Amino acid sequence: MPFVPHTEDEIKQMLQAIGVSSIDDLFDEIPAHLRIDGLPAVPEGMTEMEVTRLMQKRAAKDANAVCFIGAGAYEHHIPAAVWQITTRGEYYTAYTPYQAEASQGTLQLIYEFQSMMTALTAMDVSNASMYDGASALAEAVLMAVRGNRKSKSRKILIPTSVHPTYRKTTHAIVAGQNIELVEVGYDAGSGTTPLKAFEACAGDDVTAVVIQQPNFFGNLEDVDAITDWAHAKDILVIAVANPLVLAVLQPPGEWGETGVDIACGDGQPLGAPLSSGGPYYGYLCGTQALVRQLPGRIVGRTVDLDGRPGFTLTLQAREQHIRRSKATSNICTNQGLVVTASTIHMAILGPEGLEKTAAACHANTVALVSQLCEIKGVQRAHSAAYFHEAVLQLDAPASEVLDALLARGILGGFNLADDYPELGNAILVCATEMRSADEIKDYVTALDDIMSSVTKPANYAGAV
Amino acid sequence: MLIFEHSTPGRRGAPQAPRQGADLSDLPAAQLRKHRAALPEVSEMQAVRHYTRLSQKNFSIDTHFYPLGSCTMKYNPRACNSLAMLPGFLARHPLTPDSQSQGFLACMYELQEMLCAATGMAGFSLAPMAGAQGEFAGVAMIGAYHKARGDSARKEILVPDAAHGTNPATATMCGFTVREIPTLDNGDVDIEALQTAVGPQTAGLMLTNPSTLGVFERQIETIAKIIHQAGGLLYYDGANLNAILGKIRPGDMGFDVIHSNLHKTFSTPHGGGGPGSGAVGVSERLKPFLPLPLVSKKAEHYSWVSEKDLPQSIGRLSAFMGNAGVLLRAYIYMRLLGREGMKRVAEFATLNANYMAAEAKRRGFELAIPERRSSHEFIITLKKEARDLHVTAMDFAKRLLDLGYHAPTTYFPLLVPECLLIEPTETEAKEVLDGFMDALQQIREEAKTSPELVTGAPHTLPVKRLDDVRAARQLDLAWKKT
Repeated sequence: MPFVPHTEDEIKQMLQAIGVSSIDDLFDEIPAHLRIDGLPAVPEGMTEMEVTRLMQKRAAKDANAVCFIGAGAYEHHIPAAVWQITTRGEYYTAYTPYQAEASQGTLQLIYEFQSMMTALTAMDVSNASMYDGASALAEAVLMAVRGNRKSKSRKILIPTSVHPTYRKTTHAIVAGQNIELVEVGYDAGSGTTPLKAFEACAGDDVTAVVIQQPNFFGNLEDVDAITDWAHAKDILVIAVANPLVLAVLQPPGEWGETGVDIACGDGQPLGAPLSSGGPYYGYLCGTQALVRQLPGRIVGRTVDLDGRPGFTLTLQAREQHIRRSKATSNICTNQGLVVTASTIHMAILGPEGLEKTAAACHANTVALVSQLCEIKGVQRAHSAAYFHEAVLQLDAPASEVLDALLARGILGGFNLADDYPELGNAILVCATEMRSADEIKDYVTALDDIMSSVTKPANYAGAV
Repeated sequence: MLIFEHSTPGRRGAPQAPRQGADLSDLPAAQLRKHRAALPEVSEMQAVRHYTRLSQKNFSIDTHFYPLGSCTMKYNPRACNSLAMLPGFLARHPLTPDSQSQGFLACMYELQEMLCAATGMAGFSLAPMAGAQGEFAGVAMIGAYHKARGDSARKEILVPDAAHGTNPATATMCGFTVREIPTLDNGDVDIEALQTAVGPQTAGLMLTNPSTLGVFERQIETIAKIIHQAGGLLYYDGANLNAILGKIRPGDMGFDVIHSNLHKTFSTPHGGGGPGSGAVGVSERLKPFLPLPLVSKKAEHYSWVSEKDLPQSIGRLSAFMGNAGVLLRAYIYMRLLGREGMKRVAEFATLNANYMAAEAKRRGFELAIPERRSSHEFIITLKKEARDLHVTAMDFAKRLLDLGYHAPTTYFPLLVPECLLIEPTETEAKEVLDGFMDALQQIREEAKTSPELVTGAPHTLPVKRLDDVRAARQLDLAWKKT
C-alpha cells in the first residue's frame, strides 16, 4: 500500500479501539447505494521505478528546441543553489505560516521578499504573492476599484499593447463585478500607446489606467506622461512590469511626479523555470495609502513576549478566513514556494547580477533583431525603443516560417496572428542572456535560408 | 538577522551573472533607473547559509506530525518532485507548439481523465491555480450556465455557515449575494432552513462533504433534490475529498461542479502557502463553460483546446496553463497510487481519524459531535478545559509546538467553541497518533499543575508568542535602508 504505514496487527488494534469490525464499517453513514467499490477506470498503480521510466520517456519527447520565445515567460539562468534550498523539506512541505512561532523561517523569508519587491518597484508595500502576473493584474484592477473613492464609473483603460492573455484573464476574473474594461489602441508606427490614445477614451470619469512596461511588443511606453496625466484627473495608475527589467529601468514608484499607485507583474524571470507556464507567481505592490486594499497574505515584523523581533501574518481582517463575503479577495493559497526560490535567487544575484542579466537580455535581443532585419523580407514592425523583445514582420506566412525554424531545432518566436491580425505576418522574438552568440548566428542563418526558399504568396494579406 | 543585514556593498555572487557589462546607453536616459535597487549584496555561500538556517526555523511534514484539519498534510513523495523537475519538463516554454509537447500534454490529458474517474464528473479543467481559483471557476460556470439559459434572476449563492471562508468570498467575487444556511448540532445541514431559502433567485449551493465539522452529510440526496428542483446547481468544495476517495464520488451524489485541491488529496506540497491547484470538474451540462486551456486527444495526438473550440468558456485564469509543475506532481502521485492506492487513501485517513477520536474520548476529551462517525477529521472542543482550567484551544495549540507537534486547526469551524480540528491523514503510523494523544493529555495535566507552562507556551521555539496587535498597528512590512 503506497505511503500507508499500517501493519495488519495495528489495523486490528485500531478497529478494536474504535469498536468496529472492519474499515468498511467506518463508512456506514454514507448511503449504501451511493458507495462504490474502488475506481476501476483509474489505471493500476506503478512502482517508483516504473513511473520514473514513464516520465523520463515523456520528458525526452519534449526535447527542447533553442528558445527565442518570451511573450511573458523567459528562459533565464537560475543558480543551482536556488532550487536545492527551496526543495528542502522544511520549505517544500510546510503549510501556510498561520502558527507563527513554528514558521519563522517562511515568515522571515516572505518579509525579505516583500522588502526586495518594494526595493525593485520603489513602492511602499508588497504582499506575499498572487498566482501569476495575469491574475495579479485582475486583482490590481479590483484593488483600484476599491481604492479610488473619487471615481464612480468602475471604468478601467487597458491598452491593447498589454499582454493579450493578461487582458483575457482580467476580463474573466472581474466580469461578475460590473467593471468596464475599455481597450485603448496602440500606435501602429511606434508600437506604443501614446497619451492621446488614453485621452480619446477617457470621458468624464475613469477609475484606473493600466500601463505595461516594457509592453507586450517589448517596446518602452512613455510611462511618465501617462502617469502624470492620470493623476491630474484623479485616475489611479496600475503598472504591469517585468521585475527583472526593473533592475535597470525606472521603477513604477518613480514614474511621473509621484509614482504609480499599484505595481504588479509576473515574478517568473526571478528564479522560476519555464516549466510549461507554472508555477510562477504574481507580485502585487501598492502605495501605503492602499495597504488595506491589498489582497492576499502580508507578513509584518513585530516582537514576541520577550521583546525579540519576530514575524507574523498581519492585517488578516482583509482576508477571506476572517472577513468571508466582505474580503478583499477570495485568495487563500498563493505561490509561496516559488516566492521562496525567487527570494533566494535575488539574494544570490544581488542588484548588480540582476542589472547585468537584464542588460545582457537587451544586448542579445538587439544583436538578434539587427541581424535578422538585414535579411530580405524581414523588418521590425515598430519604431519605439525596445528592451528584450521585438516584433518582426515577414514577407512570408509566419506559421510556415516558424515551422521551418522548428524543424531546425529553433523556437523562432511567438506568432502574433491570432492576437494581432492587423500586424500581418508578425512574430515576437526574444533573446535572453541564455542565448549564445552562436545560437543567435544559427537563427540568423536558418531564417536567411528559409526566407529565400519560402515563396511569398501573391497579394498575401496576412492571417485574418 | 535579515539577509539585508548580512549585506556588504560591493559583495557579489560573481559566477552567476553574465560576463557582459551592463551597457544600456542606446535606451532613452529618462527610462533608466536612477539609483540601484536596495537589494542585499552577499556571497553565494552567505545566501545559502542564511536560507538554510531560516528553513530550520520551520515545522514541516518532513520534520513533524502536522494534523491540520481541512488541510490534508500528508507525506509528499519525493519522486513526484524529482520527476516533475526533469530537464525536459522544466525547460519547456509554455508557448511551444503541440508537436513538441506531446510528452507533457499526454500527462495532462491522462490527469484530466483520472480526475473524472475519481470524482464521477464528465469533464475536467486543470486551469485553476488554487482551491479558491477553482471555486471561482466553478461559481463563474454556474453563473454562465444560468445566463446562457436567459435565467438572469438567479443572483444568490447559498453557503452553509460551517463553510470555508473562501466560499462566501468567491460568491461575492463572482457577483452573487451570499445567504448562509444554518447547520444542526449533529453536523447536518438544516434541511428546513434550506427549503425556505431556495427559490427562483437561487443560483446554487456550495457544499463541502464531508463538512468542515468532520462528518458526512447524510442527507446529500435530499439536498441535491431541493437545489435542483429550485433550478439551482450544486457545487462541491473538494477540500475534504481525501475522506471519500475511492468510496463515493461527488458526481454520484448529484454535484454539478467540483474543485479538487490537488495539493491536499493528491499530495503536491504546500510549499509554505502554495502553489496549489484547484482543478475543476463538471457534469455534462456545464462542459461548454469550462475554463481554458484544456487538453484534447485525437488519434494519439494531444492538443490544446482554445476559445475557438469552446466559445462559451468562462475564459482564462492565468497567462498560460495554470500551475503546470504542480499538475505534473499530482499526475505522478496518482500513477504511483493507482486504483488500489487511491481507495486506501480514504480508508486509512478515516481509520486514523476515528482511532484518534476514540482515543480522545477514552482519555476524557470532549468531541464536538460524539454521536457521529468521524470522516477523515474530527473536532475536540476544549470548552470544559477553558472554563475549569482557564486554558484555551490556542494555549493547547502553542504548547503542542513545544512538544514537537504542529498544532491542529484552531477556532475553525467557527461554530464550535475552543475547537481543535484534527486531520491525521493516511500516511501517519499508529505510534505517531498515540504520541500526539499523550501530548494532549500531558498538556491537560500541566494546565492543572503548572498552568503557566501552557498559557506561556511555546517556550522552545525561536520566538515566543508574537504581538499581533503591534504588527497590525505599527505596520512594518518591508526593510528599509536607513
